[in-house]
Amino acid sequence: MDPQNMQNMRTPLARAIGLGSAKEGVGAWWAERVSAVALVPLTLWFAASIIAHTGSDYATFIVWLRTPLTAIPLILLLVALFYHTALGLQVVIEDYVHSGIKFAAVIAMRLGCGALATAGVVATLRVAFSG
Amino acid sequence: MASPMTTRPRPLSPNIQIYRPQLTSVLSILNRITGIILSGCAVVLVVWLVAAAWGPHAYAPVQAAIASWIGRIVLFGATFAFFLHLCGGIRHLVWDTVHGFELRSIYISGWTVVVAGVVLTVAAWVAGALMGG
Repeated sequence: MDPQNMQNMRTPLARAIGLGSAKEGVGAWWAERVSAVALVPLTLWFAASIIAHTGSDYATFIVWLRTPLTAIPLILLLVALFYHTALGLQVVIEDYVHSGIKFAAVIAMRLGCGALATAGVVATLRVAFSG
Repeated sequence: MASPMTTRPRPLSPNIQIYRPQLTSVLSILNRITGIILSGCAVVLVVWLVAAAWGPHAYAPVQAAIASWIGRIVLFGATFAFFLHLCGGIRHLVWDTVHGFELRSIYISGWTVVVAGVVLTVAAWVAGALMGG
């Protein structure tokens, strides 16, 4: 603990509520579980699909990717996957990064996850809607 | 009132290296490590999808990298990390329902995760080989 923080007039309760650990932890806990439950069928479907396409060429793979029954679960997978990844990596960063870059690292990681999820969804839609 | 209590150095729990590794602690650490590995795999998934959307000329080098021996070894490790994290995650979801906390249950579920992770990884690669990989 930074001794300077102990000098201020705020009560320990006010500090705890203000810092958010007593406020939003339950939401993050639930989000991690809900995304985990969603990822069980989505990742198993994806793994089975990839195994089924072992040795397939580009054209065969694109035909598979183009059908709605592939594109829809794949987009759901990307959203749930990067949501779950962001929640997990945030805990890892908060556990091991204690310097001033902790906040910046969490923001950069979240932006990265958002950008990667968007890129994956756009790539999937581009293939799905290509003639 | 708060200051003499909070400024005194707090007792710290012993460092992790002091403890003998146990199935419980090793699986806990592995769940985190595999999660980090799978984050890297998620990046590869996006690179692969973007390359596929870009066209055959962009897809070819990515597919060649995955099909190479190094690519296959990495993919095998990623498969094992995936199944360990999946089974470990399901074990956590069961714990969230406040079941299986007895020491005996914890060891049974722990070894189940290890065995299921190995069996599912081997099964996935056998299935892939049978599909013509």
